[in-house]
Amino acid sequence: MTCFDTIQAYGLRAIGVGERRLPREDFTLCEQFTLIGSGMIWNIYFGLLALCAGFFLATAVALGKTSSNRWLRKPSEWFIFVFRGSPLFIQFFFAYFFFLQLKAPLPVFDVFTAAWAGALVVLFFNTSAYTGEIFYGALQSIPKGEVEAADAYGLSGWSRFRRVIWPTMLRLAWPGYTNEAIFLFHATTLVFFSAFPVRGQRGDALYYANYFADKTFNPFIPYPILAFYFILLTLLVIGLFGLVNRRLNRHLPQGARTRLRVKPNLIR
Amino acid sequence: MFSFCTDPSTLPDWQWMACYLTTTKHMSLYWSVFTVLFLLAVTAPAALAFGFAGASAARSKIMPVSWLGKGYIAIVRGVPDIAFFLFFVIALDQAIEYLRHRALCPDWSEPVRQGNDFVVCQAAKMPLGNAPQWVHESYGFTLAVVTFAIVFGAFAANVLFGAMRAVPHAQLETAEAYGMSPRQTFWRVLVPQMWVYALPGLSNLWMVLIKATPLLFLLGVEDLVYWARELGGIKTPRFTEYPHGDWRMWYFLALLVFYLLFTRASEVALDRLMTRLSHGQATTAGEAQRKAAA
Repeated sequence: MTCFDTIQAYGLRAIGVGERRLPREDFTLCEQFTLIGSGMIWNIYFGLLALCAGFFLATAVALGKTSSNRWLRKPSEWFIFVFRGSPLFIQFFFAYFFFLQLKAPLPVFDVFTAAWAGALVVLFFNTSAYTGEIFYGALQSIPKGEVEAADAYGLSGWSRFRRVIWPTMLRLAWPGYTNEAIFLFHATTLVFFSAFPVRGQRGDALYYANYFADKTFNPFIPYPILAFYFILLTLLVIGLFGLVNRRLNRHLPQGARTRLRVKPNLIR
Repeated sequence: MFSFCTDPSTLPDWQWMACYLTTTKHMSLYWSVFTVLFLLAVTAPAALAFGFAGASAARSKIMPVSWLGKGYIAIVRGVPDIAFFLFFVIALDQAIEYLRHRALCPDWSEPVRQGNDFVVCQAAKMPLGNAPQWVHESYGFTLAVVTFAIVFGAFAANVLFGAMRAVPHAQLETAEAYGMSPRQTFWRVLVPQMWVYALPGLSNLWMVLIKATPLLFLLGVEDLVYWARELGGIKTPRFTEYPHGDWRMWYFLALLVFYLLFTRASEVALDRLMTRLSHGQATTAGEAQRKAAA
């Protein structure tokens, strides 16, 4: 089989398209690259959707945490505390078994016992909590003068938020948010190693890397391939977020613009 | 455990629960809490040592050493940690066996990698095939600790590298002016002062380390996650005196609460430590303390 055939057979294997049987012996480099790359579909799917949906909930949670109304503040604080204070790995396990219990009386929850929906929900809440805390920190450090200036211009309520507070919050939070995004993509590798079952060997990149490492008993090829893909993904995220960062800072004088300094730290 | 536990099926609910929660298997679950604590107690200093070495290397004036340090920090941080856990456990194991193979069986001519197999001579197996069970377990645990230390060492190196750069440069110049050698400047001026800058990062790292302990499960250690899955599953009357349905959700809820309390307690303790360390320092926090006292 040429490498082109392999890509045709396994390029979309992670979502169930193409050859059903995984290669069993004489693994070529091409097969490993193709399958692990096809697994990246899931990592990108989880990361992208959780990030996009999480952005809105995070804004809401951050605003809730700054609110003076305790009925808004307390739930937001608890939400952030619970999801940031406990390991993501345990959250996956708990959520899976929780959905499993709910499935018996409420068949609606059947979809959530599958990774594509269930794990997505967990990642969505998790990233919302982490991002919410970042946004909250940014809201706290909005320069007093900017809000006063908005007041002086007669802006209030929604228009003050939309035109002054929100853009500044985003600008201040952006470096932290970039780290969170990178970090979220890394966290997606946990999905198929927690309770969520892999159906029909349709797993993520780490699942296939682990498959090859188990079969060949040689970790020195599949894991570096995985690392290669993730470094590529990380660079892509940094690039895209850097563009947004430039746009958010475009009104500032040249010297005061903050370059995006990326330090992907932390694990959940 | 209790004297009334002889026939659980006749007991009222609370006594049944008391007996259930003190079975031998549950005791193993409680012991595994100590496994986690032990791992933290060993890994934290080991990771700090790795981190210190990495940060010192990254600061080095000798280019290759500096690249080595920076590469270590960058690579481990750019790739998902869990991939590293899975990688290092096999890689370390094979490295050890390979080295032993080289040392113990010099007249072995076949290659070590044959197709999909990794073949070393019997004497080089780690641990030896006839070793008792506890040796196997502690070998696995040691591999896990070293893996954790390598991965978290990179995180710590990053924090310490930043902290070393945060020490005011004037301090180092002063040391030089007093005629200290670079080595003396490093150990007597830089290192004592960097901790207060490193502490916020290190306390963050400690939280992260706590939250990474469930990953022990993936490394094959019988930890909290293992026992929660084991004990929570459906139990039929045929195999146990305490039959119950699928309780895994409740076990993991308990784990969730355990970790929440653990991180919360650490947070409070670290805040206090920070207050203590900031005392008399030329930082914002130290200045605020001075003003409050005056």
